[in-house]
Amino acid sequence: MLLDALTLQLGYNATLVAVGATLLGISAGVTGTFLFLRKRALVSDAISHATLPGVGLAFIVMVLLGGDGRSLPGLMLGSALSAWVGLLAVQWLTERTRLAEDAAIGSVLSVFFGFGIVLLTVIQNMSSGRQAGLEGFLLGSTAGMLFSEAAIIAAGGALSLALVLLLRRPMTMVAFDPGFSASAGIDLRRIDLAMMGLVLAVTVVGLKIVGLILIVALLIIPPVTARFWTNRTDGVVALSGLIGGVSGYVGAAISASAPALPTGPIIVLVAFALFALSLLGSPQRGVLAAWTRHRAFQRRVHLRQGLLALASGQPIYEKLTLRLLQRADLVRPDGVATEAGQARAEKALLDETRWDVLRRSASLEGTAAFYDGLTRIEDVVTPDQLDEIDAAIAAGAEASS
Amino acid sequence: MSPVELVAEDGMIAPGAAPGALDIRGLTVSYGERPAVFSVDASFAEGAMTAIVGPNGAGKSTLLKAVLGIVKPLSGAVSVFGKPFAATRSRVAYVPQRASVDWDFPTRVIDVVLMGLYRELGLLSRLRASDKARAEKCLERVGMSDFAGRQIGQLSGGQQQRVFLARALAQGADLYLLDEPFAGVDAATEKAIIDVLKSLKAQGKTVIAVHHDLSTVAEYFDEIFMINVRKMAHGPVREAFTAESLQNTYGGRLAATQIDQLTLSAG
Amino acid sequence: MSGAEFVPLSLTPLLIGIFAAIACALPGNFLVLRRQALIGDAISHVVLPGIVVAFLTTGVIATAPMMLGAAGAAVVAVILIEAIRRLGRIEPGAAMGVVFTAMFAAGVLLLEQSDTSGVHLDVEHALFGNLESLIWLDATGWSSLFDPAALAGLPPELPRIALALLGVALFIGFFWRPLKISTFDEGFAATQGIATGALGIALVIVSAVAAVAAFDAVGSIIVIAMFICPPAAARMMTNRLERQIGWSIFFATIAAILGYVLAGYGPLWLGFGNSVSAAGMIATVAGLILAVAAVFGPCRARIGAPQGG
Repeated sequence: MLLDALTLQLGYNATLVAVGATLLGISAGVTGTFLFLRKRALVSDAISHATLPGVGLAFIVMVLLGGDGRSLPGLMLGSALSAWVGLLAVQWLTERTRLAEDAAIGSVLSVFFGFGIVLLTVIQNMSSGRQAGLEGFLLGSTAGMLFSEAAIIAAGGALSLALVLLLRRPMTMVAFDPGFSASAGIDLRRIDLAMMGLVLAVTVVGLKIVGLILIVALLIIPPVTARFWTNRTDGVVALSGLIGGVSGYVGAAISASAPALPTGPIIVLVAFALFALSLLGSPQRGVLAAWTRHRAFQRRVHLRQGLLALASGQPIYEKLTLRLLQRADLVRPDGVATEAGQARAEKALLDETRWDVLRRSASLEGTAAFYDGLTRIEDVVTPDQLDEIDAAIAAGAEASS
Repeated sequence: MSPVELVAEDGMIAPGAAPGALDIRGLTVSYGERPAVFSVDASFAEGAMTAIVGPNGAGKSTLLKAVLGIVKPLSGAVSVFGKPFAATRSRVAYVPQRASVDWDFPTRVIDVVLMGLYRELGLLSRLRASDKARAEKCLERVGMSDFAGRQIGQLSGGQQQRVFLARALAQGADLYLLDEPFAGVDAATEKAIIDVLKSLKAQGKTVIAVHHDLSTVAEYFDEIFMINVRKMAHGPVREAFTAESLQNTYGGRLAATQIDQLTLSAG
Repeated sequence: MSGAEFVPLSLTPLLIGIFAAIACALPGNFLVLRRQALIGDAISHVVLPGIVVAFLTTGVIATAPMMLGAAGAAVVAVILIEAIRRLGRIEPGAAMGVVFTAMFAAGVLLLEQSDTSGVHLDVEHALFGNLESLIWLDATGWSSLFDPAALAGLPPELPRIALALLGVALFIGFFWRPLKISTFDEGFAATQGIATGALGIALVIVSAVAAVAAFDAVGSIIVIAMFICPPAAARMMTNRLERQIGWSIFFATIAAILGYVLAGYGPLWLGFGNSVSAAGMIATVAGLILAVAAVFGPCRARIGAPQGG
């Protein structure tokens, strides 16, 4: 069954939903990267919750105009308008009052959502008996989706993806260095506006599949996951799109393969599973790597401190330092340095003296900033420079004797 | 949890030596994988008034924070008046950098000073008139009596710094650790603060301040502690504040002519 | 309206609404000042998985396991957020977004998968709450307040939220000084021997308890409005924390009363037959109060500290 779903053999609608979810995942991942790099990830939470009153109002207006009220394009338009108002409210509160952005986001998302719920109950009363089905927008509902709706979602996903790809250059620049981009003639406000517009578009397209509460997950989890694997902006963008797409595709397929597997939550959980794997296993930023690196680093610090203490004949107080020195056969159990320990300690002391010379040198002062007690001096100067430094030390020793 | 647990129980502070106001042994603090402070040993005598100087990012503030247990060191030990910091908290007052807090916080000047009495007041005991009087007296010492009822966000930078100093005074401590107390303050505030610090010294208190203005070191302080990740020099200003130690600490960042001027003013 | 109608139908939902609003607004003051307003957001989203897991393990809907489950979920969420923030060097907003959406999704999935048809637990109820249904059928009028038999029939949500409010108030009162000091200046607080980390976690747990107690009445998302809107509006009315707390309680109460009344009677006044969601209306009124405070509040503007002089 799952295999059928993954190979798109569960019928037109399931296929369209899977295609739509994939496109949505890609464009959400790519758009979300810029939001994430601008450190405004949770603004999307306000935007998505603020769609609800728009859905309700659009339904009411369409019914009052004699229409069906459930027309997806109309509902999407309404949700986009009210999300835009919500975004403006967040900006106004942050700029004009003393509220910080987090409080502005929280108040806008909850108040708009609350008002949306009021409108939903109004609609329940209006349509007395006839099921409006707007609750589906909260958590998404792909069951019983019309072919035309699935087509709209697939088209919307493709369109927003095309727009993101079109705007990715200026958005990358702005995300990386706003000040420089402004000086390079990029209109920051317009790019930010475009970015928020794209977030809005992704949100609106995702309403029916993922629902407004969980759509933020598609904007946030893929870029955060991608960040574990690469330091390049381009790389994060591409990888985030890939992660979003895979989550959308696999999530939609799993959800179609059995009942009681709601599409939205499944897509989010697939994305989260990829995130959890990255958090644990990423070779650079992963938890396991970070932990082993930290232990190794701590050992280096203790060894180095111990060697310096040996060289200057100071007693070593810390037990961990002593233990490490003993294990490396640098000191004997009674605390006296071994031959190797003596040599290493002298080398450490020589390096410190070299750094002192380097700091005072007019030509090498730039490299002095590399000093942190651990960085090897051989790594920051050329062999010729090192010879110069040693010559200066020898000269200094002669002068003082 | 606090760094000081590594301390004295195993007699790590050199046996026999009389403890100073603050003793630091082999202290290394690291953010990420780059030590900000590396293997620092230092002993600050009681009653001394010391400036901690060094270039930006040299670990000055980090050193203070590690002493106070605000950041956790990678190795090393700290003792205050011969005991772990946790046991001598009430003898230590800390004046953080002004920019480290949100001055938009809804509270008044007098309330901030009263925070200095927390260790005496505890959780629930009521504020007595004598507590208020003490806080007001501290405000008076820094020349801020007229501002007691003011919202803290309405103060100038210099006034905020004085409020922080008043809070430290309210603690009635014996060791005062100040992080950049003169950063971005007006001349009147600078004078008010240094007057207070000198009066503390006159009472036999120990003062250690991170300081960034080399030209006033000799005038304000009697000891200097120079740091650039490692300790570069420490001693009476007259002896330790030399062209050599300046160049060791600041490298070529300080032009030779300036060093001449500075050491002249020190001598 | 007569007591015979008001007491059984409106008194208990009204009280539950007021208590819930205040119980959330109290810790909300500190969350807003600590720039942790969105921790409130995260907490309210993870209440759902917490409750579902508690229900699945115990098989019953009971107060104690629900509270434990929700508080546990909040603690797990906060620890995860911290871990992701530190280990992955990810900004806190994004770390929060990852954690609470994933946990919420897991909650929804668990709820869909498990058979909860026999009990009072479904997704929509979890999202909107159902304040209107918390009526007191045993009451016949004001005299029922003194009638032990009738009191025994009070909806259990009322004593639950009252107890939660009491607990929240005691926590804030007891730890007032350390909360205030550590919110203003965490570094200084640590030097004073205040366990700032533990206190921060305690504040989160207390907020979670308030959220789960309010959850019945108003659902998981409108709880956020109660955490944030009254304190945010109160901040614009005064520059003193003590008074800000007072204002936030006042605004929370007004929002609850006005929201409930407007939801119940507003449509009738406009000529419609049925009432609308009380929880939604409470959030809407709270938002309106915030909007008014943001436009007219005497302390609405930021006064940046002038540099230098």
